[in-house]
Amino acid sequence: MFAAVMLVVVALGSVLFHFLSPWWWPPIASNWKYIDDTILITFWITGVVFVAVLLFMAYCVFRFRHRPGNVASYEPENRRLEWWLTVVTGVGVAAMLTPGLFVWDRFINVPAEATEAEIVGQQWQWSFRLPGPDGKLGTSSTKFITTENPIGLNPDDPNGKDDVVVQGAELHLPVGKPIKALLRSVDVLHNFYVPEFRAKMDLVPGMVTYFWLTPTRTGQFEILCAELCGVGHPMMRGQVVVEEAVAYQDWLDKQTRPVLADNDTAPANNKNEETR
Amino acid sequence: MTEIPLGPGGMSADVEDVELYHPHSWITKYVFAQDAKVIAIQYSLVALGVGLIALVLSWLMRLQLGFPGVFEFIDADRYYQLITMHGMMMVVYVLTALFLGGFGNYLIPLMVGARDMVFPYVNMLSFWVYFLAVLILVASFFAPGGPTGAGWTLYPPQAILAGTPGQEWGIVLMLVSLIVFIIGFTMGGLNYVVTVLQGRARGMTLMRMPLTVWGIFTASVMALLAFPALFVGAVMMLFDKLLGTSFFMPTLYSMGEQLKYGGGSPLLFQHLFWFFGHPEVYIVALPAFGIVSDLISVHARRNIFGYRMMVWAIIAIGALSFVVWAHHMYVSGMNPYFGFFFATTTLIIAIPTAIKVYNWVLTLWRGDIHLRTPMLFALAFIVTFVNGGLTGLFLGNVVVDVPLSDTMFVVAHFHMVMGVAPILVIFGAIYHWYPKVTGRLLDETLGKIHFWITFLGAYAIFFPMHYLGLMGVPRRYHEMLESTTYPASAHQLNIFITIAALIVGAAQFMFVFNLAWSLFRGREADGNPWGAASLEWQTPETPPPHGNWGPHVPVVYRWAYDYNVPGAARDFIPQNEPPPAVVAMQGHSP
Repeated sequence: MFAAVMLVVVALGSVLFHFLSPWWWPPIASNWKYIDDTILITFWITGVVFVAVLLFMAYCVFRFRHRPGNVASYEPENRRLEWWLTVVTGVGVAAMLTPGLFVWDRFINVPAEATEAEIVGQQWQWSFRLPGPDGKLGTSSTKFITTENPIGLNPDDPNGKDDVVVQGAELHLPVGKPIKALLRSVDVLHNFYVPEFRAKMDLVPGMVTYFWLTPTRTGQFEILCAELCGVGHPMMRGQVVVEEAVAYQDWLDKQTRPVLADNDTAPANNKNEETR
Repeated sequence: MTEIPLGPGGMSADVEDVELYHPHSWITKYVFAQDAKVIAIQYSLVALGVGLIALVLSWLMRLQLGFPGVFEFIDADRYYQLITMHGMMMVVYVLTALFLGGFGNYLIPLMVGARDMVFPYVNMLSFWVYFLAVLILVASFFAPGGPTGAGWTLYPPQAILAGTPGQEWGIVLMLVSLIVFIIGFTMGGLNYVVTVLQGRARGMTLMRMPLTVWGIFTASVMALLAFPALFVGAVMMLFDKLLGTSFFMPTLYSMGEQLKYGGGSPLLFQHLFWFFGHPEVYIVALPAFGIVSDLISVHARRNIFGYRMMVWAIIAIGALSFVVWAHHMYVSGMNPYFGFFFATTTLIIAIPTAIKVYNWVLTLWRGDIHLRTPMLFALAFIVTFVNGGLTGLFLGNVVVDVPLSDTMFVVAHFHMVMGVAPILVIFGAIYHWYPKVTGRLLDETLGKIHFWITFLGAYAIFFPMHYLGLMGVPRRYHEMLESTTYPASAHQLNIFITIAALIVGAAQFMFVFNLAWSLFRGREADGNPWGAASLEWQTPETPPPHGNWGPHVPVVYRWAYDYNVPGAARDFIPQNEPPPAVVAMQGHSP
């Protein structure tokens, strides 16, 4: 009896906690509401299954508890019931997977009008690079990094001459404009994570990864590092400021361009590892 | 289930016995033992010891998370060392070793009606190599710089670079220990597989084996296929660390200088690691599935529902688990088109898994449920496994994983599904088989107190933890620090979790006490105290001596689940009880 009651308590307690506790995701600030919707679908389907299984167990534990005269039934199989349950499960799984895959398709296909912004991670800080008036980011590689060229711009690439490099400060983004974030790390794995944006992606040394989003509301959001990157991992924070186009342009105009001497010789290193 | 395999002339022939190596001294009987049952106890005791260390480590990390800054000796370095060692110890050195080395060794020969494992000497070596791996791992606590703090996933480049604790000695000892462990496991694993395939008693067809054996057998096959990937990864990373190769190391600029690495791929390690790591989840889960099926059936006095489907589900899960590994890497930067494939395979695996859950609860339905301690643990397993399995549907569904990946949601999920759930099965199994191993029952009152604290406490730790992740709290933060993202009340949740963890941890020492106390003072049990049908309960002596069966190896006439068969005299029929027709024939034969 006690066990059956506790099973009911666990089932209903979990549901109450879900609905009554103050702990929930922060309000969304990007176009990825689809992700939230898919999570909610998943919560409903899995929640119903969880409660159903627990209540059924509670019923069995109470109804079929050992008492004098209670005899268990002998029924090795019930093919019809087993197949029926299998098919219902398959339908439930498909109901979660299908929307998930459609949203994933959107997630990985960047709209053509998205502007690029580079995010560079190193232990334990964030740097950013935005294209200049030419709209193009110059190439870069870890092998070009020196104290004067901290994120490794290619000194011979004319596209990079007008790039805006932001170090140790906020990243500004215009609201309502799709951004393709190009992610690069110079040392270890990091992960660019702004909970309000929902999207996140690892920064992997030796390659460039990406994701895209459209900020949907203005405000200041915190960047967290979400991939263990050494002892400074929790301290690796940054800020994203999403603002109206005019304010964004003002900010952009105030940023300095890096000045790199053309003859800046890069250390001879692995030539086949051009990262971009 | 009704066909009767008979020997020539309608007789159940005795199988010719192979002479076992019998120990001549205390050392060969209890230390360098070749009896699978002694090896099982050696494995179990060492694994439980490692488990207690891992428990203390988890206490320390929870103290830091609940009360950051209060315990000055737990700094960031120390915290990362705690989580790394806790994770690796639990996954590999406790759960894998206990299920396969412990339960596998004890139960396979007894359940299939063998006298011992087929390669007893290799079996002995397996344990001692495992013990060596444990010593190497524990030695890293005393090495200069301490154990590695790279996280249990040991991702390079971070694992072998400055900025990560234990990057000098700790990581090397960790990798060497894993390599040694895999060598030891391979010797044991071959034994388990060959014994199941070749060592079964007459009449013990594959489809009459208890699900425990099916689970351990399938897990052993999987482990033999999965561990080599980790082996290779560990060897390559050792080379990167010690010889300066660049398997996993691209051009790097670390701590203000260009390093001499170039051309390697950090993602390659992740693929190798998870090619092992995901099957590993099921290497732990399948034995638990098998064992819990048997616990439920015995204590509900009812045949396991849908046995054949259960067997095929185990095999299907085992096979599918080799094509889902990259669901751990959705946000790793791998080719994003992999997401479609791995999300689909991952969610498909939910179907055989769900079938298993249905069949467990349908075994309860119309049963005669005895709520003894093993059964309580089995029921709690279903609750936590269903909970953790369902949150797996969030994380497996690629786009849903994006916001949740690397958050506390993941920590809560995998602890529920492959931490709490299998450990509840281990407890249930120990309460269940302890009388066979020792001849005495564990104390039932202590057992029930232990159960309720552990089950409700563990649920209170990990259920709310999902919501920390939903709020956006990343995992592997030694403290949450101030944040504009999550509210200050999140910290109160952390304090609550810490208090629950301290209580649950303390309750485990009650279990350890029960193990020791009952060995001498426990109620004496006969050979089959639960009235179970499977072979291990039918040994002539309890505890069974070396060789298990006395003069005659049993002959098997039925499956392991004949409970409350209509018309039967007792509420169970042992697997080796001949049907009336055979008894009649044997009566007439000379």
